Order: sequence, then structure tokens, then C-alpha cells
Amino acid sequence: MDIFAVHGELLIYLALVVGFLMAFGVGANDVANAMGTSVGAKALTIKQAIFVAMIFEFAGAFLAGGQVTSTIRKGIIDANQLAGTPELLVYGMIAALLAAGIWLLIATYFGWPVSTTHSIVGAIVGFAAVGISADIVSWGKVGTIVMSWVVSPLMAGTIAFLIFTSVQKLIINTDNPLENAKRYVPFYMFLAGFMIALVTLYKGLKHVGLDLNFSESLVIAVGAGIVIAVIGKYMISRLKFDPSADRDYHYTNLEKIFGVLMVITACGMAFAHGSNDVANAIGPLAAVVSVVESGGEIAKKSSIPLGVLFLGALGIVVGLAVYGSRVIATVGKKITELTPSRGFAAELAAATTVVLASGTGLPISTTHTLVGAVLGVGLARGIAALNLGIIKTIVTSWVITLPAGALLSITFYFILKGIFGVG
Amino acid sequence: MGYKSPLSVLFAESPFKPLQTHIETVHECTQQLTPFLDAVINEDWDEVIVWHKKIRDLEHSADEMKREIRLNLPKGIFLPVDRRDLLDLLSRQDRIANLAKDIAGVIFGRKLTFPKSMKQELKSYVSRNIDACAQAVKAVNELDELITSGFRGQESALVEKLIDELDQIENDSDNQQKELRTQLLALESDLNCIDVMFMYKVIDFIGGLADNAQLVGDRLELMVTR
Repeated sequence: MDIFAVHGELLIYLALVVGFLMAFGVGANDVANAMGTSVGAKALTIKQAIFVAMIFEFAGAFLAGGQVTSTIRKGIIDANQLAGTPELLVYGMIAALLAAGIWLLIATYFGWPVSTTHSIVGAIVGFAAVGISADIVSWGKVGTIVMSWVVSPLMAGTIAFLIFTSVQKLIINTDNPLENAKRYVPFYMFLAGFMIALVTLYKGLKHVGLDLNFSESLVIAVGAGIVIAVIGKYMISRLKFDPSADRDYHYTNLEKIFGVLMVITACGMAFAHGSNDVANAIGPLAAVVSVVESGGEIAKKSSIPLGVLFLGALGIVVGLAVYGSRVIATVGKKITELTPSRGFAAELAAATTVVLASGTGLPISTTHTLVGAVLGVGLARGIAALNLGIIKTIVTSWVITLPAGALLSITFYFILKGIFGVG
Repeated sequence: MGYKSPLSVLFAESPFKPLQTHIETVHECTQQLTPFLDAVINEDWDEVIVWHKKIRDLEHSADEMKREIRLNLPKGIFLPVDRRDLLDLLSRQDRIANLAKDIAGVIFGRKLTFPKSMKQELKSYVSRNIDACAQAVKAVNELDELITSGFRGQESALVEKLIDELDQIENDSDNQQKELRTQLLALESDLNCIDVMFMYKVIDFIGGLADNAQLVGDRLELMVTR
């Protein structure tokens, strides 16, 4: 391919820069939603939240992010049909990254609750369907993805409702909530560790050379859950309780125990977020890099270049460091009504849902899933006041984001095609 | 402008804290009736003006709070309790402050002095009614905990107990009211008949404090057992 011989390096740099900016955006905004709940519930300070996010976002992206990345890279469009004109795929993916990034900037400026995932999916479908041909879009897969956007908040809401109802039954509404919390909270910790480990082990570790079957995964996941529960139990045993703190608000000491639990679910949330949302930035980037580096071959192997993954993780960490703390603070300040006993239920439900979606390769919106989870806790009469108007806003943002992302990516696609030409 | 997270939009301002502040203000308003009545009994009208103004001011700020809470509760807000129950609770609370203002207004406006023999009874009657308001404050202050417990279990039992106590106080007030009416009946032929009419009215108003405090408890109970 002449184009790649002449412009290959330039195209890769362009993709790297745009991909990095996209990852930066994910780090600055999306992570804040994932971590803001823990900060709002005062389970973590902002510094701790950023620290947790850096480690677990990276781990999630690296260990469990492969499925979603490959969906974004080659699940939405059937790249094999582009074997003769690989440059179109490269232009398209760069255009999609640019479009999603710019759309996110616009939306952020106006304060619209737009999802990174929806922007990138809309952008990829857009350039492929209009710029190339409607036939190369795997509409069935796109349908499944869009369905998952509706299902994931509902599922998270249901799980959160069940978790919080069980907390009420087992701990809060008993004669001795504090003792029961010490007894049962480690079990929820086990659940958090177990769920995340199971999905990760079963679905995600092929690329690091570990191919486990279901029963092997199950055994190791149980082990991971137990280890986490034991660590949690130790942390709880080190807590100091002050009976006088319960005079004004009878649940002050109880919330301390849930605070420990929430540290664990916050890690799970960051891991889940990393496993799903990093793909938004590095999926298209991986497609570009592998096509250009192979000199125009639509790569058949599924491994993601490690450098690309690293760049994505780095972008997130930098975005988090530069803007993240500010956004986390804003989100955290607004949701102080969320105490750890509710926050953990929402986070555990959302993290479980997101990790399941990641394992299935479905790119979903972590933020919207978390909103669904919080509403689930609210339905269990757990939260003082929720603004249901947000549901309408979110649905509107879906309806607008898909065409907006598509329109922008179509524009960039034709511009890039005009500049670099067709080989 | 700037990034608004859907999560931060999701959480609306809780009406429960303001509701608690509201009833505390209402209670403070009724508490002023004690020094007000002392001044009336001493017929120190300069002093009466001061306490009357204080009662009016507190009633006014309770009104403002009520309006603020209502404005912050549009239909799209999802609460762990029925929105109508909550608004009803609020107007019951507010009614108590209105009554305190009316009591002070009638007494001050007519420079109404009760017969000497009734004074001790009257003071303890007023103070029992203020107790009822204090008990209502106690019950409403459990709302935080009720939300935490999801309106079930131990905490809702505690609120039930507080409400039972409130009923007891209201009962006491009823008995005192009966006693005061009997006393007034015996004395009324010697008094200015228009004044007597208003004395009955004031006795009614004062008893209304405990009645409404009890209704606050009723609403709270409805919320708990929904």
C-alpha cells in the first residue's frame, strides 16, 4: 500500500494523539462518575480515590478490557469486507475518535450527560454506514449493543434493589445492627471480589496466556473472594467505634463498617470501568495501529498491541490527574446524601453489571449503569430524594449522541479521505 | 456551563433536613408563648409587645421555610415516602406556628387578661401544649434514621413509641382544657361577656397546638407504615 508507505507514520501519530486525547477525556470525566460515589459517601478522600482509580482502572483495562476492545475494533463493522481498501478503515477509525472526542467536548461544555461509549459507537456506525456502505455494519451486533444500554441500568437497578433490601433485613433492621454488620459485611466483600474475579478469569485472561475453564475460574474466584473478605474483616476489626457518636444519628458507627466495604466496591467499580470504557479510546486506535503496522493487512489476530493499551491507560491516568480530582470533587459534593450503606449497594450492583457486560464484549455506559443502580436503592426506600428528571435527560442524550457522533465522524472521514486519498 | 455529571443531577436536595429545621422553628415559636403569657399575667404590655413581635417573626420565618420546601419538591422528585404525606406533614407543622401567632394576636389585640384564679392552670396548660410540640420535634427528628432504616424495624418501633407519648401529652392537654372551661364557666357571669367569648377561643387555640402536634405524629405514622 503506497498510502501507508508514505503516510503510515503520520497516520499512526495522528491516531495516537487523538486516541490519547480520548483516553484523557475518559479519565477526566467518566472516572469521576465511577469514583465520585465513594468520595460523596466519604468512604475515600479525593486523593485516595485517584490512587484507587489509577491502579484499578489500569488493571481492569489490562485484564478484562479485551472483549470490549475487540467489539469496538471489529465487532461493529465487518472489517474483512475492507481487505482491498484498508486505508478506509484507518481514516474511519481516526475520524470516529476525533468525532467522539469533539462531541464529548461540546457536550461537556453545555453540561449534557453524554456517554463516551455512545459517542464512539455512533461515530463508528456513522462513518461505516454512510462513508463506506451500510452493508459492512454488523447491524445485529449494533442492535445488541443498543439493547444492552437499556438492559444494563435496569439490571444494575434490580441487583442494587436486592442487595440493599438484604442489607436492611440482615443488618439495619435488626436488634443489633453493629454486630450484624461485623458478621455480614465480609460476605458482601466476598461477593464483590468473587463476581469480578469470576468474570475476569473466565472471559478476560486469554491474552496473558491463561485460558481457564469455568470450574477452574470458579475455584480461583472463590479464593479471591475469600482473600478480599479476610482483608476486609481485618480492616473492620481495626475500626474504633465511638458510642457517643450515635446519640444524634444512630447509625454513625454502622456507616463506618459500610465505609470499609465501600473502599472495596470502589476498587471494583474502577476495575469495571477500566474493563469497559478504556476500549472506547484504544479500540479504534488498536485498529489503526495494527492495520498500518502490517502494511495494510486487516489483522486477523486478536491481541491488542501492548503499547496501545499502555497509551490508553496512561491517557486515563493523566486525564484523571489533571482534571479528574476537580470533577470528582464536584460530583462528590453533590451526592453527600449517599451514605456508605447505600453507596456500596449501588457500586456493587453497577460493577457487577459492567464487568458482566465487559466479559460479553458489550460496550455500555458505566455512568448510566450507576444511575440505574442508585435508582434501585431509591426504590428500596433508601435515599432521601432523587430527581427522576434525569431519566428523561439520559434518554434524550442517547437519541442525540448517536446521530451527532455519526454526523461528525462522517465529516472527518471525508476530510481525511480527501487529504490522504485512496490507494 | 461545565461538566454536570448525571449522578450529581440525580441526587435532589433532601426535603427532610429542611422539614426538621421547620418544625424546630415552629417549636421555638410556641416556646415564646411562655414569656408572653407571663408578661400578660403581669400586665406588662411593653414586654408583651416584645414577645408578640418575636412570635410573629418566628411564624413568618416558618412560613418562608414552608414555601422554600414546597418549591424544592416538584413532581419529578422521587422520595422514600408519599409526596402528599410529606406536604401534609409540612402544613400540619406550619399550622402550629399559625396557632401560636393567633393566640398571641388575640390576647394582645384585646389586652385580654384571664381571671387571677385561672392563671396557674392556664400556665401549665400552655406548657403542656408546648411539650406536645417538643415531642413532635423529637419524632420528626427521627426522619434521618427512618430513611437509613428504610422505614422499618427497630427505628420505626422507636418512632411509634414517640408518637404514643405524644398522644398521651395531647390527652393531658384535653383534660386540662376541660378543667379550664369548667373554671371559666363558673366565673363567666362576672366577666365582660365579649372577653369571655375570646377566652374560650384562646383556650381552644392553645389546645389546638397539641391537636396539631398530634396530627404531625399521625402523618409521620402514615409515612412509616406505608
